[in-house]
Amino acid sequence: MKQNARDIEEASRLMNRRGFVVGGLQLAFMGMLGLRMRQMQIEEADQYRLLAEENRVNMRLLAPPRGLIFDRNGVIIADNAQNYRIIVVREDAGDVDDVIAKLQSIVELDNSELERAIREMNRRSPFVPVTLADRLSWEDFSKVAVNTPALPGITPDVGLSREYPMGEDFAHVIGYVGPVSDFDLNRIDDPDPLLQIPKFQIGKVGVEAKLEQDLRGKAGNRRIEVNAAGRVMRELGRDEGQPGADIQLTVDYRLQNFVQTRLKGESAAAVVLDTTNGDILAIGSAPAFDPNKFVRGISGPDYRELTEDIYRPLANKTVQGTYPPGSTYKMVTALAALEEGLVSPDETVWCPGHYQLGRRRFHCWKRGGHGWVNLQKSLVQSCDVFYYDVSQRVGIDKISAMANKLGLGIQHDLPMSAVAEGLAPTQAWKRARHGEGWRVGDTLNASIGQGFTLSSPLQLAVMSARIASGNAVSPRLIRAQGGIELPQLSAQPLDISARSLRMIRQAMHNVSNGQRGTARGSRIVAEGMEMAGKTGTSQVYSITAAERAAGVRSADDLPWDKRDHALFVCFGPSEAPKYAVSVVVEHGGGGSRAAAPVARDIMLFAQYGGIPPLEAYPSSQRERIRTMYEEMVLRDPVSPQNAKSRA
Amino acid sequence: MSFLEYRLKTVPTGARKVLFLNWALILLLIAVASIGFLMLFSVAGGALERWAEPQMQRFVLGLVAMFIVAMVPIWFWRNVSGLAYIVSVLLLVAVEFIGVTGMGAQRWIDLGFMRLQPSEVTKITLVMILAAYYDWLDPKKVSHPFYVLLPLVLILIPTALVLNQPDLGTAILLVAGGGIVMFIAGVSWWYFGVVIAGGVGLVTTVFTSRGTPWQLLKDYQYRRIDTFLDPSQDPLGAGYHITQSKIALGSGGFSGRGFMQGTQSRLNFLPEKHTDFIFTTLAEEFGFLGAISLLTLYGLIIFFCIVSAISNKDRYSALLIYGVAAAFFLYFAVNMSMVMGLAPVVGVPLPLVSYGGSAMLVLLVAFGLVQSAHVHRPRGR
Repeated sequence: MKQNARDIEEASRLMNRRGFVVGGLQLAFMGMLGLRMRQMQIEEADQYRLLAEENRVNMRLLAPPRGLIFDRNGVIIADNAQNYRIIVVREDAGDVDDVIAKLQSIVELDNSELERAIREMNRRSPFVPVTLADRLSWEDFSKVAVNTPALPGITPDVGLSREYPMGEDFAHVIGYVGPVSDFDLNRIDDPDPLLQIPKFQIGKVGVEAKLEQDLRGKAGNRRIEVNAAGRVMRELGRDEGQPGADIQLTVDYRLQNFVQTRLKGESAAAVVLDTTNGDILAIGSAPAFDPNKFVRGISGPDYRELTEDIYRPLANKTVQGTYPPGSTYKMVTALAALEEGLVSPDETVWCPGHYQLGRRRFHCWKRGGHGWVNLQKSLVQSCDVFYYDVSQRVGIDKISAMANKLGLGIQHDLPMSAVAEGLAPTQAWKRARHGEGWRVGDTLNASIGQGFTLSSPLQLAVMSARIASGNAVSPRLIRAQGGIELPQLSAQPLDISARSLRMIRQAMHNVSNGQRGTARGSRIVAEGMEMAGKTGTSQVYSITAAERAAGVRSADDLPWDKRDHALFVCFGPSEAPKYAVSVVVEHGGGGSRAAAPVARDIMLFAQYGGIPPLEAYPSSQRERIRTMYEEMVLRDPVSPQNAKSRA
Repeated sequence: MSFLEYRLKTVPTGARKVLFLNWALILLLIAVASIGFLMLFSVAGGALERWAEPQMQRFVLGLVAMFIVAMVPIWFWRNVSGLAYIVSVLLLVAVEFIGVTGMGAQRWIDLGFMRLQPSEVTKITLVMILAAYYDWLDPKKVSHPFYVLLPLVLILIPTALVLNQPDLGTAILLVAGGGIVMFIAGVSWWYFGVVIAGGVGLVTTVFTSRGTPWQLLKDYQYRRIDTFLDPSQDPLGAGYHITQSKIALGSGGFSGRGFMQGTQSRLNFLPEKHTDFIFTTLAEEFGFLGAISLLTLYGLIIFFCIVSAISNKDRYSALLIYGVAAAFFLYFAVNMSMVMGLAPVVGVPLPLVSYGGSAMLVLLVAFGLVQSAHVHRPRGR
């Protein structure tokens, strides 16, 4: 195309003008980009930096190892066992079904657990580790570990889980742990982030629950760098947290084991106290259960079996169960009367077998009557009429004040679940509770531990320890915490005259050893090891006239749950008391027959520190006793593993 | 014909041409590419061989190509402009049939030694053919409707092919780049007014077509537009890229986290961290200072191009330089706008910095043309 020079000049000028416009626009746009950079990187930098941190750093909690629980000798009761698990990462596994099939050819996997794992796997990101199986045996675990090269995505892993090597023995004392439930989260107002860890174990009952804060420890954390998909890239820092404090109980595991074994087959409770300092040496409730089942998550049928059992295995009868103390309460009434000076040691009361109060007749357990009865005889032969008479002079409020002084009807501060207060009734109490006045008949019933009166086996043991020592002994369950011995509560002398106490102790000695003593059948014949006790048989049901007519003569003819409770309290050796024992056998019948022999065996085991020699028993009983011990299966001694040496 | 106007004797010949190259421009290109190597080294987590090394090899190859192109007289390139254009359009057609699919679009032809993206080549050949066209056309006729329609067809043929891939980013670059050349060539303002009005109308149509059977864009492109309008509505889905990109960029602050210290890009928060989003790594690790420095380098490249264009009396040469500068500008302007959340994510690389062979080679060849135009410019009177 032809172009002349002037046109070219003009076109060139136009082009450069346009070039300037375009260049200017480009410059303006770059200026805008620069301003945008300024805005984002200088003015809003902090905000973006914050977002970046959130993007990058992720906190993972580290569960601290839970504090261990030891017996008084340093033998482990609650342990953290290694929990062998198999973990799978879907992404690394490739063909998950194939890998699981291979795994199943090596070890047996629980089908329901497997289904749950597969569901979880499909729900979550492919790189999230999912537990395929846990609580594997070491054999299975090592089989998997050896075969990991053939099992892509499968990792054998070790975690910690609570284990109770003593099984049933300490079920009621230390309770058990279990995974945090929604119920727990609502119940306890605890901001501890540890509780949010899936499957984190917390104490549910017993010491595990009561000392949860100490046992749990402090959460550690792992700061990890994650990428956008949440995959862990590297660890930025780690804070191990603080392991839970170890706890040492006052309980002796062998005595506890013996108590549990001895009570087996009954619905019963027994407590052994050190009379000098209140240490709880054994505190057994039967039947018991295996706390390990709860840690693993108890199955529906197993749990139903426990709740439907009429012997109530889940209840801790030692502190939670309250029973009419029956004749074991007579020491209270007797001491109240002695201290008030309302009865003298020589004073006698005529027992014709019953006591007439107005138009109401109160029976003595011995229908034929005890004849002339003084205080000694009233305890030794457990005459009721004596107390019907004396209690009216003392009055219920004085009796209950004495009961409180001896540790009955008051709450003892122990880290156990549902520690019952029991009841030592007063006039004011009845008015408040029932809205009616106290009647003399109520006093008569209360004087022999019936009626409104209620005590727990622990309280009865405290009572006998206080009578034995003359000091206000308080029960103690925790000996040391975090390796530091807890101070023993210095027991103040009881405000009871030595003379009165001596008289009661003498009477109790005669209950067990006297010719006419109600517990003579359960006496100890070993020199210097004799015990002093008191039987109790508390009525839970009155045989009706109709039943009597139908031939029901004694409790043995009644259905189990209507029979009398059998009780026995004792201390020994009676000359220099060291141990106080209480035994309650629910619906066991008579105290002398059902409770006293149990208490004697426990007392002997405590004194000898093991199975007592047959020589301690009256010769006529030795054959029977030997058979009993031969049939008894006790735990083998365990070497102590002291908390301090562990740390 | 304008090349007859050249006083050929004043144009350097032989090896002396090297002295007359626009060295400032070459040094600027090397500087920008070096920033690219550094960033590729960093995003690979300190691995040279992953991205930085191949990129360096290609850059050296590209520089050699640039020198060769620069040595060849500009009138040769003008004469082959038409051919180059036709070849590149044919390549675009070919890519439909033998192309390699990547990122949901057919874009590459595997040449064995490298993957060629014909769409990248087209950006330059379009500039070449338009410059040649306006060089041939009588300046008085530039605004004549027929002579306006012709370059429009030249622009729209490759654009349609690229859109079909679908590669929205390149399509926008082609239209804008071609438009800028037409504007500089002197086409009347009126046409641009009409086109802009038409563009607004088209956008409206595109949006009304959404969800109907004759929907004009792919669903992902609509979603990208939605995300652009409000990235926060889906921060982990469609808006994810841009949200993460902004976080990385903003968190760099004034002086950055330091070389290799960028956390966001390293942790895969960023998509395509070594290609389209490499600017965020630079901005995160070197902060505002680093980002503004790169922008300044880019600005200087544009500046030296425009200076060279203004001082070039040859119409083809000047238009070519303006066109290459415009294409280059559009690359980084769109890319930066994109990663800073000012434009939709359309898949435009950061020139000379992003990992990728085609774009780098094509750009360096284009700068070779600019150098050739500079070396062989008419001098004196």
